[in-house]
Amino acid sequence: MRVELDEPKCVAAGQCVMAAPEVFDQRDDDGVAIVLDAEPGPELHDSVREAAAVCPAAAIHLVER
Amino acid sequence: MRRIVIVGASAAGLAAAETLRREGYAGTLTLIGAEADAPYDRPPLSKQILASQWEAERLALRTAEELAALDLDLRLGVVAAGLNLAARTVRLDGGAEVAYDGLVIATGVRPRRLPGQGAHVLRTLGDALALRRRLAPGRRLAVVGAGFLGAECAAVARGLGCEVTLLEPAAVPLAHALGETVGRVLSQAHEENGVDLRTGVTVSAVTDEGVRLADGELVAADEVLVAIGSQPNTEWLAGSGLALSDGLVCDRYSAAAPDVYGAGDVARWHNELFGVSMRIEHRTNAAEQGMAVARNLLRPGDRKPFTPVPYFWSDQYDMKIQAYGYLRGHDAVEVVDGALAQRRFVAAYRTGDRLTGVLAVGMSPKVIRPWRSAIAGGVTWSQAIGPAKPGPAVTENEVMSGERAG
Repeated sequence: MRVELDEPKCVAAGQCVMAAPEVFDQRDDDGVAIVLDAEPGPELHDSVREAAAVCPAAAIHLVER
Repeated sequence: MRRIVIVGASAAGLAAAETLRREGYAGTLTLIGAEADAPYDRPPLSKQILASQWEAERLALRTAEELAALDLDLRLGVVAAGLNLAARTVRLDGGAEVAYDGLVIATGVRPRRLPGQGAHVLRTLGDALALRRRLAPGRRLAVVGAGFLGAECAAVARGLGCEVTLLEPAAVPLAHALGETVGRVLSQAHEENGVDLRTGVTVSAVTDEGVRLADGELVAADEVLVAIGSQPNTEWLAGSGLALSDGLVCDRYSAAAPDVYGAGDVARWHNELFGVSMRIEHRTNAAEQGMAVARNLLRPGDRKPFTPVPYFWSDQYDMKIQAYGYLRGHDAVEVVDGALAQRRFVAAYRTGDRLTGVLAVGMSPKVIRPWRSAIAGGVTWSQAIGPAKPGPAVTENEVMSGERAG
Protein backbone atom coordinates (compact mmCIF):
# COMPACT_ATOMS: atom_id res chain seq x y z
CA MET A 1 0.00 0.00 0.00
CA ARG A 2 1.23 3.49 -0.87
CA VAL A 3 -0.21 6.56 0.88
CA GLU A 4 -0.60 9.71 -1.21
CA LEU A 5 -1.69 13.06 0.19
CA ASP A 6 -3.23 15.76 -1.99
CA GLU A 7 -1.83 18.49 0.20
CA PRO A 8 -3.69 21.50 -1.27
CA LYS A 9 -6.94 19.68 -0.53
CA CYS A 10 -6.12 19.05 3.14
CA VAL A 11 -8.33 21.07 5.51
CA ALA A 12 -6.29 20.33 8.64
CA ALA A 13 -9.06 18.50 10.43
CA GLY A 14 -6.61 16.02 11.93
CA GLN A 15 -8.99 13.07 11.51
CA CYS A 16 -6.21 11.03 9.89
CA VAL A 17 -3.90 11.56 12.88
CA MET A 18 -6.57 10.25 15.22
CA ALA A 19 -7.25 7.22 13.02
CA ALA A 20 -3.61 6.33 12.23
CA PRO A 21 -1.13 8.26 14.37
CA GLU A 22 1.72 5.99 13.22
CA VAL A 23 1.27 7.14 9.64
CA PHE A 24 -0.01 10.73 9.82
CA ASP A 25 0.86 13.88 11.69
CA GLN A 26 0.02 17.57 11.27
CA ARG A 27 2.28 20.55 10.69
CA ASP A 28 2.46 22.80 13.71
CA ASP A 29 1.78 26.09 11.96
CA ASP A 30 -1.24 25.37 9.78
CA GLY A 31 -2.29 21.83 10.73
CA VAL A 32 -1.87 20.45 7.23
CA ALA A 33 -1.31 16.70 7.29
CA ILE A 34 2.08 15.06 6.94
CA VAL A 35 2.61 11.47 5.82
CA LEU A 36 5.11 9.91 8.21
CA ASP A 37 5.19 6.54 6.49
CA ALA A 38 4.19 6.43 2.83
CA GLU A 39 4.45 2.64 2.66
CA PRO A 40 3.06 1.42 5.96
CA GLY A 41 3.28 -2.21 6.96
CA PRO A 42 0.28 -4.54 6.66
CA GLU A 43 -0.51 -4.25 10.37
CA LEU A 44 -1.36 -0.58 9.76
CA HIS A 45 -3.44 -1.00 6.63
CA ASP A 46 -6.82 -1.11 8.37
CA SER A 47 -6.19 2.06 10.32
CA VAL A 48 -4.84 3.82 7.22
CA ARG A 49 -7.94 2.86 5.26
CA GLU A 50 -9.99 4.24 8.15
CA ALA A 51 -7.97 7.46 8.00
CA ALA A 52 -8.57 7.84 4.28
CA ALA A 53 -12.29 7.16 4.75
CA VAL A 54 -12.76 9.74 7.51
CA CYS A 55 -10.76 12.48 5.79
CA PRO A 56 -13.33 15.26 5.31
CA ALA A 57 -11.46 16.58 2.28
CA ALA A 58 -10.97 13.27 0.46
CA ALA A 59 -7.30 14.26 0.36
CA ILE A 60 -5.82 10.84 1.17
CA HIS A 61 -5.44 8.47 -1.71
CA LEU A 62 -4.36 4.88 -1.22
CA VAL A 63 -2.70 2.90 -3.96
CA GLU A 64 -3.28 -0.72 -3.04
CA ARG A 65 -1.11 -3.33 -4.66
CA MET B 1 -28.07 -10.09 3.86
CA ARG B 2 -27.91 -10.18 0.07
CA ARG B 3 -29.41 -6.88 -1.04
CA ILE B 4 -28.46 -3.53 0.47
CA VAL B 5 -29.89 -0.29 -0.85
CA ILE B 6 -28.38 3.11 -0.02
CA VAL B 7 -30.53 6.11 -0.86
CA GLY B 8 -28.31 9.16 -1.18
CA ALA B 9 -25.03 9.19 -3.11
CA SER B 10 -23.11 11.95 -1.40
CA ALA B 11 -20.51 11.71 1.37
CA ALA B 12 -22.58 9.60 3.79
CA GLY B 13 -23.96 7.21 1.20
CA LEU B 14 -20.58 6.71 -0.40
CA ALA B 15 -18.90 6.11 2.96
CA ALA B 16 -21.53 3.48 3.76
CA ALA B 17 -21.02 1.76 0.41
CA GLU B 18 -17.25 1.69 0.73
CA THR B 19 -17.36 0.42 4.28
CA LEU B 20 -19.75 -2.37 3.38
CA ARG B 21 -17.39 -3.60 0.67
CA ARG B 22 -14.29 -3.12 2.81
CA GLU B 23 -15.87 -5.21 5.55
CA GLY B 24 -16.62 -8.04 3.22
CA TYR B 25 -20.19 -7.52 2.07
CA ALA B 26 -20.41 -9.25 -1.32
CA GLY B 27 -24.11 -8.98 -2.14
CA THR B 28 -25.96 -6.55 -4.38
CA LEU B 29 -25.24 -2.93 -3.45
CA THR B 30 -27.54 -0.32 -4.92
CA LEU B 31 -26.58 3.34 -4.56
CA ILE B 32 -29.30 5.77 -5.55
CA GLY B 33 -28.51 9.47 -6.00
CA ALA B 34 -30.89 12.27 -6.93
CA GLU B 35 -28.12 14.30 -8.56
CA ALA B 36 -26.77 13.24 -11.93
CA ASP B 37 -23.14 13.82 -10.89
CA ALA B 38 -21.04 11.06 -9.40
CA PRO B 39 -20.40 11.57 -5.65
CA TYR B 40 -18.67 14.88 -5.06
CA ASP B 41 -17.50 16.97 -2.15
CA ARG B 42 -19.57 19.92 -0.96
CA PRO B 43 -17.46 22.00 1.46
CA PRO B 44 -15.31 23.47 -1.35
CA LEU B 45 -18.44 24.74 -3.13
CA SER B 46 -18.56 27.84 -0.92
CA LYS B 47 -14.76 28.13 -0.89
CA GLN B 48 -12.47 27.12 -3.77
CA ILE B 49 -15.23 26.56 -6.34
CA LEU B 50 -16.99 29.86 -5.70
CA ALA B 51 -13.61 31.61 -5.74
CA SER B 52 -12.78 29.98 -9.11
CA GLN B 53 -9.62 28.50 -7.59
CA TRP B 54 -10.69 24.97 -8.46
CA GLU B 55 -12.55 23.49 -11.36
CA ALA B 56 -15.44 21.14 -10.73
CA GLU B 57 -13.45 18.00 -11.55
CA ARG B 58 -11.48 18.40 -8.34
CA LEU B 59 -14.61 17.75 -6.29
CA ALA B 60 -15.03 14.13 -7.35
CA LEU B 61 -14.86 12.03 -4.19
CA ARG B 62 -13.66 8.97 -6.10
CA THR B 63 -12.27 8.22 -9.52
CA ALA B 64 -14.33 6.27 -12.04
CA GLU B 65 -12.03 3.28 -11.43
CA GLU B 66 -12.56 3.44 -7.67
CA LEU B 67 -16.32 3.57 -8.12
CA ALA B 68 -16.21 0.67 -10.56
CA ALA B 69 -14.22 -1.37 -8.04
CA LEU B 70 -17.12 -1.09 -5.58
CA ASP B 71 -19.26 -3.12 -8.00
CA LEU B 72 -22.30 -0.92 -7.43
CA ASP B 73 -25.73 -0.91 -8.92
CA LEU B 74 -25.26 2.86 -9.28
CA ARG B 75 -28.36 4.85 -10.13
CA LEU B 76 -27.63 8.54 -10.49
CA GLY B 77 -30.23 11.14 -11.33
CA VAL B 78 -32.81 8.87 -9.73
CA VAL B 79 -35.13 10.12 -6.98
CA ALA B 80 -36.58 7.86 -4.29
CA ALA B 81 -40.31 8.48 -3.91
CA GLY B 82 -41.49 6.08 -1.25
CA LEU B 83 -40.67 3.33 1.20
CA ASN B 84 -42.61 0.20 2.11
CA LEU B 85 -41.14 -1.10 5.36
CA ALA B 86 -43.25 -4.25 5.47
CA ALA B 87 -42.44 -5.29 1.92
CA ARG B 88 -38.87 -3.96 2.23
CA THR B 89 -38.98 -2.01 -0.99
CA VAL B 90 -37.97 1.49 -2.07
CA ARG B 91 -40.19 3.04 -4.70
CA LEU B 92 -38.47 5.22 -7.25
CA ASP B 93 -39.86 8.26 -8.98
CA GLY B 94 -41.60 6.70 -11.97
CA GLY B 95 -42.90 3.73 -10.03
CA ALA B 96 -40.15 1.10 -10.18
CA GLU B 97 -39.41 -0.69 -6.93
CA VAL B 98 -36.11 -1.86 -5.49
CA ALA B 99 -36.14 -4.60 -2.88
CA TYR B 100 -33.72 -4.61 0.03
CA ASP B 101 -32.67 -6.67 3.01
CA GLY B 102 -30.83 -3.71 4.49
CA LEU B 103 -31.42 0.01 3.86
CA VAL B 104 -29.36 3.14 4.48
CA ILE B 105 -31.18 6.46 4.22
CA ALA B 106 -28.82 9.32 3.43
CA THR B 107 -30.94 11.73 1.44
CA GLY B 108 -29.44 14.87 2.95
CA VAL B 109 -31.01 18.29 3.14
CA ARG B 110 -31.99 21.05 0.78
CA PRO B 111 -31.76 24.80 1.26
CA ARG B 112 -34.62 26.75 2.72
CA ARG B 113 -35.82 29.48 0.42
CA LEU B 114 -37.58 32.81 0.61
CA PRO B 115 -40.68 33.97 -1.23
CA GLY B 116 -39.90 35.48 -4.63
CA GLN B 117 -37.95 34.35 -7.67
CA GLY B 118 -34.39 34.64 -8.84
CA ALA B 119 -32.36 34.11 -5.68
CA HIS B 120 -29.40 31.78 -5.52
CA VAL B 121 -29.02 29.03 -2.96
CA LEU B 122 -25.88 26.99 -2.46
CA ARG B 123 -26.09 23.25 -2.00
CA THR B 124 -25.15 21.60 -5.27
CA LEU B 125 -22.32 22.02 -7.74
CA GLY B 126 -24.81 23.54 -10.16
CA ASP B 127 -25.78 26.13 -7.53
CA ALA B 128 -22.15 27.10 -6.95
CA LEU B 129 -21.31 27.39 -10.63
CA ALA B 130 -24.44 29.47 -11.28
CA LEU B 131 -23.51 31.90 -8.52
CA ARG B 132 -19.86 32.19 -9.46
CA ARG B 133 -20.72 33.07 -13.04
CA ARG B 134 -22.50 36.14 -11.66
CA LEU B 135 -19.77 37.35 -9.33
CA ALA B 136 -17.40 39.99 -10.66
CA PRO B 137 -15.79 43.21 -9.41
CA GLY B 138 -18.40 45.82 -8.64
CA ARG B 139 -21.36 43.45 -8.74
CA ARG B 140 -23.68 43.89 -5.79
CA LEU B 141 -24.39 40.70 -3.86
CA ALA B 142 -26.90 40.50 -1.02
CA VAL B 143 -26.38 37.48 1.21
CA VAL B 144 -29.35 36.61 3.39
CA GLY B 145 -28.21 34.80 6.53
CA ALA B 146 -24.86 35.23 8.28
CA GLY B 147 -24.37 31.63 9.33
CA PHE B 148 -21.27 29.73 8.24
CA LEU B 149 -22.38 29.28 4.64
CA GLY B 150 -23.43 32.91 4.21
CA ALA B 151 -20.25 34.11 5.91
CA GLU B 152 -18.00 32.00 3.69
CA CYS B 153 -19.75 33.17 0.54
CA ALA B 154 -19.61 36.79 1.65
CA ALA B 155 -15.87 36.44 2.23
CA VAL B 156 -15.29 34.87 -1.18
CA ALA B 157 -17.41 37.47 -2.95
CA ARG B 158 -15.47 40.28 -1.26
CA GLY B 159 -12.26 38.63 -2.40
CA LEU B 160 -13.62 38.74 -5.95
CA GLY B 161 -14.31 42.46 -5.64
CA CYS B 162 -18.08 42.33 -5.21
CA GLU B 163 -20.02 44.84 -3.10
CA VAL B 164 -21.47 42.59 -0.41
CA THR B 165 -24.35 43.22 1.95
CA LEU B 166 -24.80 40.55 4.61
CA LEU B 167 -28.25 40.50 6.20
CA GLU B 168 -28.89 38.72 9.48
CA PRO B 169 -32.00 38.64 11.67
CA ALA B 170 -30.11 38.05 14.93
CA ALA B 171 -28.40 40.91 16.73
CA VAL B 172 -25.10 38.99 16.60
CA PRO B 173 -24.43 36.46 13.84
CA LEU B 174 -24.01 32.87 15.06
CA ALA B 175 -24.72 33.91 18.65
CA HIS B 176 -27.26 31.12 19.11
CA ALA B 177 -24.65 28.54 18.11
CA LEU B 178 -21.36 29.97 19.37
CA GLY B 179 -22.34 32.55 21.96
CA GLU B 180 -22.42 36.32 21.61
CA THR B 181 -18.77 37.00 22.33
CA VAL B 182 -17.39 34.59 19.76
CA GLY B 183 -20.11 35.54 17.28
CA ARG B 184 -19.16 39.18 17.61
CA VAL B 185 -15.45 38.50 17.09
CA LEU B 186 -16.11 36.48 13.95
CA SER B 187 -18.47 39.06 12.54
CA GLN B 188 -15.96 41.87 13.03
CA ALA B 189 -13.97 40.25 10.22
CA HIS B 190 -16.80 41.05 7.81
CA GLU B 191 -16.75 44.72 8.66
CA GLU B 192 -12.97 44.92 8.50
CA ASN B 193 -13.09 43.37 5.06
CA GLY B 194 -15.63 45.84 3.76
CA VAL B 195 -18.81 43.79 3.96
CA ASP B 196 -21.89 45.81 4.87
CA LEU B 197 -23.12 43.63 7.75
CA ARG B 198 -26.65 44.52 8.80
CA THR B 199 -27.94 42.68 11.85
CA GLY B 200 -31.41 42.59 13.35
CA VAL B 201 -33.03 42.74 9.92
CA THR B 202 -35.58 40.31 8.56
CA VAL B 203 -35.88 39.71 4.85
CA SER B 204 -39.41 39.04 3.70
CA ALA B 205 -38.95 38.45 -0.02
CA VAL B 206 -36.63 38.43 -2.98
CA THR B 207 -37.51 40.92 -5.71
CA ASP B 208 -36.16 41.86 -9.14
CA GLU B 209 -34.19 44.70 -7.58
CA GLY B 210 -32.76 42.88 -4.54
CA VAL B 211 -34.44 41.93 -1.31
CA ARG B 212 -37.36 43.44 0.54
CA LEU B 213 -37.03 43.76 4.30
CA ALA B 214 -39.90 43.17 6.70
CA ASP B 215 -40.14 46.93 7.37
CA GLY B 216 -40.59 47.58 3.66
CA GLU B 217 -37.07 48.80 2.84
CA LEU B 218 -35.50 47.58 -0.37
CA VAL B 219 -31.86 46.46 -0.27
CA ALA B 220 -30.70 46.79 -3.85
CA ALA B 221 -28.57 44.00 -5.28
CA ASP B 222 -27.66 42.46 -8.61
CA GLU B 223 -27.59 38.97 -7.12
CA VAL B 224 -29.14 37.50 -3.99
CA LEU B 225 -27.89 34.44 -2.13
CA VAL B 226 -30.26 32.93 0.40
CA ALA B 227 -28.35 31.04 3.11
CA ILE B 228 -30.91 30.64 5.87
CA GLY B 229 -30.43 27.01 6.70
CA SER B 230 -31.79 23.82 5.28
CA GLN B 231 -34.49 21.22 5.68
CA PRO B 232 -34.08 17.45 5.69
CA ASN B 233 -35.21 15.51 2.62
CA THR B 234 -37.68 13.23 4.36
CA GLU B 235 -40.89 13.86 2.41
CA TRP B 236 -40.45 10.59 0.53
CA LEU B 237 -40.64 8.77 3.87
CA ALA B 238 -43.96 10.29 4.92
CA GLY B 239 -46.47 7.57 5.72
CA SER B 240 -43.78 4.87 5.75
CA GLY B 241 -44.06 4.37 9.50
CA LEU B 242 -40.61 5.81 10.18
CA ALA B 243 -40.52 8.61 12.73
CA LEU B 244 -39.81 12.02 11.20
CA SER B 245 -39.05 15.07 13.33
CA ASP B 246 -36.64 17.58 11.85
CA GLY B 247 -34.95 14.65 10.17
CA LEU B 248 -35.22 10.89 10.22
CA VAL B 249 -35.42 9.86 13.86
CA CYS B 250 -32.88 7.17 14.72
CA ASP B 251 -31.81 5.46 17.93
CA ARG B 252 -28.34 5.41 19.46
CA TYR B 253 -27.18 2.94 16.82
CA SER B 254 -28.46 5.32 14.15
CA ALA B 255 -31.18 2.78 13.30
CA ALA B 256 -34.62 3.99 12.27
CA ALA B 257 -36.20 0.50 12.07
CA PRO B 258 -34.88 -3.07 11.95
CA ASP B 259 -32.20 -3.18 9.22
CA VAL B 260 -32.93 0.47 8.32
CA TYR B 261 -30.37 3.11 9.21
CA GLY B 262 -29.99 6.84 8.74
CA ALA B 263 -26.72 8.66 8.02
CA GLY B 264 -25.54 12.15 7.22
CA ASP B 265 -27.40 15.45 7.22
CA VAL B 266 -30.84 13.81 7.19
CA ALA B 267 -30.36 11.64 10.28
CA ARG B 268 -31.32 12.68 13.80
CA TRP B 269 -29.94 10.21 16.27
CA HIS B 270 -29.29 9.93 19.98
CA ASN B 271 -25.62 10.66 20.67
CA GLU B 272 -24.94 8.99 24.01
CA LEU B 273 -21.69 10.86 24.49
CA PHE B 274 -23.65 14.11 24.89
CA GLY B 275 -26.94 12.56 25.95
CA VAL B 276 -28.92 14.45 23.32
CA SER B 277 -30.70 13.85 20.06
CA MET B 278 -28.75 15.63 17.35
CA ARG B 279 -28.74 16.12 13.61
CA ILE B 280 -25.37 17.26 12.29
CA GLU B 281 -24.91 18.90 8.89
CA HIS B 282 -21.13 18.61 8.78
CA ARG B 283 -18.97 16.87 6.24
CA THR B 284 -17.00 14.84 8.77
CA ASN B 285 -20.12 13.47 10.40
CA ALA B 286 -21.48 12.30 7.06
CA ALA B 287 -18.48 10.02 6.52
CA GLU B 288 -18.32 8.81 10.10
CA GLN B 289 -22.02 8.06 10.29
CA GLY B 290 -22.01 6.32 6.91
CA MET B 291 -19.21 4.08 8.12
CA ALA B 292 -20.88 3.42 11.47
CA VAL B 293 -24.23 2.39 10.02
CA ALA B 294 -22.58 0.12 7.48
CA ARG B 295 -20.91 -1.76 10.32
CA ASN B 296 -24.07 -1.94 12.42
CA LEU B 297 -26.00 -3.19 9.41
CA LEU B 298 -23.49 -5.97 8.77
CA ARG B 299 -23.13 -7.03 12.42
CA PRO B 300 -26.56 -7.04 14.03
CA GLY B 301 -25.19 -9.02 16.98
CA ASP B 302 -22.36 -6.61 17.68
CA ARG B 303 -23.79 -3.15 17.05
CA LYS B 304 -22.04 -0.10 18.45
CA PRO B 305 -23.72 3.13 19.50
CA PHE B 306 -22.70 6.02 17.25
CA THR B 307 -20.98 8.46 19.64
CA PRO B 308 -18.82 10.87 17.64
CA VAL B 309 -17.39 14.20 18.69
CA PRO B 310 -18.78 16.36 15.88
CA TYR B 311 -16.22 18.44 14.01
CA PHE B 312 -16.52 21.29 11.56
CA TRP B 313 -14.29 23.90 10.04
CA SER B 314 -14.92 27.13 8.19
CA ASP B 315 -12.60 29.33 6.15
CA GLN B 316 -13.43 33.03 6.19
CA TYR B 317 -11.00 35.71 5.02
CA ASP B 318 -7.71 34.82 6.74
CA MET B 319 -9.46 32.91 9.54
CA LYS B 320 -9.49 29.16 9.90
CA ILE B 321 -12.25 28.25 12.33
CA GLN B 322 -12.41 24.75 13.77
CA ALA B 323 -14.84 23.36 16.30
CA TYR B 324 -15.18 20.06 18.11
CA GLY B 325 -18.15 18.89 20.10
CA TYR B 326 -21.71 20.02 20.48
CA LEU B 327 -21.87 23.75 21.07
CA ARG B 328 -25.60 24.26 20.71
CA GLY B 329 -27.50 24.90 23.90
CA HIS B 330 -24.34 25.67 25.86
CA ASP B 331 -24.55 27.47 29.20
CA ALA B 332 -21.22 29.28 29.19
CA VAL B 333 -18.20 30.07 27.03
CA GLU B 334 -14.70 30.73 28.26
CA VAL B 335 -11.63 31.72 26.29
CA VAL B 336 -8.98 29.28 27.48
CA ASP B 337 -6.06 30.04 25.17
CA GLY B 338 -4.94 32.87 22.91
CA ALA B 339 -6.81 36.16 22.70
CA LEU B 340 -10.06 37.19 21.07
CA ALA B 341 -8.66 40.52 19.92
CA GLN B 342 -6.03 38.84 17.75
CA ARG B 343 -8.56 36.34 16.45
CA ARG B 344 -6.27 33.54 17.61
CA PHE B 345 -7.95 31.72 20.45
CA VAL B 346 -9.58 28.60 21.84
CA ALA B 347 -13.02 29.01 23.41
CA ALA B 348 -14.37 26.21 25.59
CA TYR B 349 -18.10 25.55 25.92
CA ARG B 350 -19.83 24.32 29.05
CA THR B 351 -23.22 22.61 29.10
CA GLY B 352 -24.37 21.72 32.59
CA ASP B 353 -21.22 20.50 34.34
CA ARG B 354 -19.64 19.11 31.18
CA LEU B 355 -17.08 20.36 28.71
CA THR B 356 -19.13 19.89 25.55
CA GLY B 357 -17.23 21.80 22.88
CA VAL B 358 -14.31 23.92 21.82
CA LEU B 359 -13.95 26.41 19.01
CA ALA B 360 -10.52 27.46 17.83
CA VAL B 361 -9.46 30.19 15.45
CA GLY B 362 -5.96 30.16 14.01
CA MET B 363 -4.55 27.73 16.56
CA SER B 364 -2.10 24.87 16.12
CA PRO B 365 -3.44 21.30 16.08
CA LYS B 366 -1.25 20.48 19.06
CA VAL B 367 -3.24 23.01 21.07
CA ILE B 368 -6.64 21.85 19.85
CA ARG B 369 -6.23 18.08 19.99
CA PRO B 370 -6.12 17.67 23.80
CA TRP B 371 -9.41 19.53 23.99
CA ARG B 372 -10.97 17.17 21.52
CA SER B 373 -9.76 14.24 23.64
CA ALA B 374 -11.23 15.83 26.74
CA ILE B 375 -14.64 16.16 25.07
CA ALA B 376 -14.47 12.57 23.83
CA GLY B 377 -13.59 11.48 27.35
CA GLY B 378 -16.68 13.17 28.74
CA VAL B 379 -14.74 15.20 31.30
CA THR B 380 -16.49 17.64 33.57
CA TRP B 381 -15.97 21.37 33.26
CA SER B 382 -14.09 21.56 36.52
CA GLN B 383 -11.76 18.72 35.45
CA ALA B 384 -10.99 20.60 32.25
CA ILE B 385 -11.01 24.21 33.37
CA GLY B 386 -11.41 24.46 37.11
CA PRO B 387 -14.56 25.32 39.09
CA ALA B 388 -17.28 27.11 37.13
CA LYS B 389 -17.12 30.79 37.92
CA PRO B 390 -20.09 32.93 38.75
CA GLY B 391 -20.54 36.19 36.89
CA PRO B 392 -19.43 36.92 33.33
CA ALA B 393 -18.92 33.71 31.41
CA VAL B 394 -16.10 34.91 29.20
CA THR B 395 -12.64 35.64 30.46
CA GLU B 396 -9.56 36.02 28.34
CA ASN B 397 -6.07 34.63 28.37
CA GLU B 398 -6.54 31.68 30.62
CA VAL B 399 -4.20 28.96 29.51
CA MET B 400 -4.79 25.29 30.01
CA SER B 401 -2.30 22.52 29.44
CA GLY B 402 -3.13 19.38 27.49
CA GLU B 403 -2.35 17.23 30.51
CA ARG B 404 -5.08 18.82 32.55
CA ALA B 405 -7.56 18.20 29.75
CA GLY B 406 -6.44 14.54 29.55
